[in-house]
Amino acid sequence: MSILEVKDVGKRFGGLQALSDVNLSVKENSVHAIIGPNGAGKSTLLNCLVGKLIPDTGSVMFDGQSVLGRSPYEINQMGISRVFQTPEIFGELSVMENMMIPCFAKRDGAFRMHAIENMMDEKDIVERAEHMLEEMNMADKRDMHAAAMSRGDKRRLEIGMCLAQEPRLLLLDEPTAGMARADTNNTIDLLKQISDERDITIAIIEHDMHVVFSLANRITVLAQGTPLVEDDPENIRGNPKVREAYLGETA
Amino acid sequence: MLGLNKKDTSLLLIVVVLTLFAPFILNPFPEGSAMAQFNAGYPDLMQRFVIFGIFAIGFNILFGLTGYLSFGHAAFLGIGSYGAVWMFKILGMNVLPAIVLAVIVAGLFAVVIGYVSLRRSGIYFSILTLAFAQMMFALAYSVLTPITGGETGLQLTLNDPRILGASQTAGGNIPVPSLFGMEMRSSTDLEIAGWVFTFNVGYYFSALIMILAFYLSIRIFRSPFGMMLRAIKSNQNRLSYTGLNPRPYTLAAFVISGMYAGLAGGLMASMDPLAGAERMQWTASGEVVLMTILGGTGTLIGPVLGAGFIKYFENIFSKINDNILHQWFAFLPDGLEDFVVFIIHPFIGKGWHLTLGILFMLVVIFLPGGLVEGGQRIRKAIKGKKADDTETAKTEPAE
Repeated sequence: MSILEVKDVGKRFGGLQALSDVNLSVKENSVHAIIGPNGAGKSTLLNCLVGKLIPDTGSVMFDGQSVLGRSPYEINQMGISRVFQTPEIFGELSVMENMMIPCFAKRDGAFRMHAIENMMDEKDIVERAEHMLEEMNMADKRDMHAAAMSRGDKRRLEIGMCLAQEPRLLLLDEPTAGMARADTNNTIDLLKQISDERDITIAIIEHDMHVVFSLANRITVLAQGTPLVEDDPENIRGNPKVREAYLGETA
Repeated sequence: MLGLNKKDTSLLLIVVVLTLFAPFILNPFPEGSAMAQFNAGYPDLMQRFVIFGIFAIGFNILFGLTGYLSFGHAAFLGIGSYGAVWMFKILGMNVLPAIVLAVIVAGLFAVVIGYVSLRRSGIYFSILTLAFAQMMFALAYSVLTPITGGETGLQLTLNDPRILGASQTAGGNIPVPSLFGMEMRSSTDLEIAGWVFTFNVGYYFSALIMILAFYLSIRIFRSPFGMMLRAIKSNQNRLSYTGLNPRPYTLAAFVISGMYAGLAGGLMASMDPLAGAERMQWTASGEVVLMTILGGTGTLIGPVLGAGFIKYFENIFSKINDNILHQWFAFLPDGLEDFVVFIIHPFIGKGWHLTLGILFMLVVIFLPGGLVEGGQRIRKAIKGKKADDTETAKTEPAE
């Protein structure tokens, strides 16, 4: 069963047709990679899924409900969490506070006025955040300023924050961009573990073929704003169309 | 204690002690001595310390936590004052209903102004709030003269109805603001061997309210709501993608800080029952920004310190004049004396803004965290030496 259905999506920026006739279906509990050369429209597509952009044509359905026209926070509350290319965390807050915020969002929804209670008295939130930190192997960094951590740790924290919300779909935008090989491998292992242990669907946009082929069990290749092929990894590897899109016609 | 941790409790206690003993602390010099003009322990100034302290505490909840720099907060101060004076005119001279109305009216205005201004962030938000405040000022100054008294300001008259009180006192005067019979302006003097300490009802009333306001702000800082506000300042994008709607959070912070400003305005009118449009001018809005930054943005006690610092300078430095300088430097030869006075002259009296400006620049450049950071550095320097000593003492036996 597919959890995310993208139908005939098109998006134009002035004279540039960034996306046209994009059809995509992400199956529940799969790891679906969207790959493609620079300028293929991967990030535009992702922004259409999370409410940052509204496509000109077509529809995006998540679990039977349209996400179009909803704000990012509403789409998140529906069950889609997003990990950014450069880790987006609350740098001035402590690691623990970073982890508590998604726990509050999960429990209390988009807004709740609890201005008098002490946040450390919210036992269930504190427990849940501590549990998540342990799961991410970050319990020792609990009281650190989030901005002071290494890039790999920031990425780990961001993924942990997304998981704390128990999303049904986790979207990752080039999660290993700019990382050292060791950090990349750690991230791959972490994502593998997440997809094995949790009831979660992962959609990943990635440049790095090593990451894609280590993780994905379904791949969509995007070129010039349109899906070229959608297939299993084995078939993508040898597909001449894909080679052409990546390496140019002369190759 | 009171739902606060140890550190916050001691901070609250410090503020309580400082405000309750302010008449002593601010009057360190005996009456009649040469230094007596540096005494700040007279009711008028002490009231201003705590009232502007409330104003700055509230401003800090918006600016310090969310990072949204409002440049129009004086509008709420003015609205609070007008609301309170109208209550004195219609209902009676008790300050409680006046202050309650001041807070409510300021809060209502804050909902409207905040709702519109918070559609933008950064500099555009600041400009929108500034535009609103200037509109309010213009309205109060001319268009709404029947309600605000226009240029002359809103004053009490002998013909005001005062349903729950008397229009006039037995002596035919306008009654003064009071709290269940305790007149705000009444003071008791305590003379101890040359020192004169003044205890004023209005000051202690305002001080108690400031302590409450300070306590409330600690609670807000430590609450989940306060954490969300800090998260907005840190990374609004992440907050949206974590399923939280920043708009109601910022609006709530804006309204709370507007109500604090209204409370300060109401107290101002309670100490001296008149309200004028100049209270809403942009310079007044800028002043609270200075107070907060000077004291330490986003810290609990910073705004209070900043407010006290600026009000002290405004009232004490502005009173020093050339005659006083000549007295101070009388020991110098005549030519040199004139020269020194000539050099210092621009920094005193009406030139106190110059002194304040220089101090402000120094603080922003060398202590970006304000006076609070200065205090922390001093404490660290003292503690650091001690910690080093104990550390070496500890490690020595191991080696």
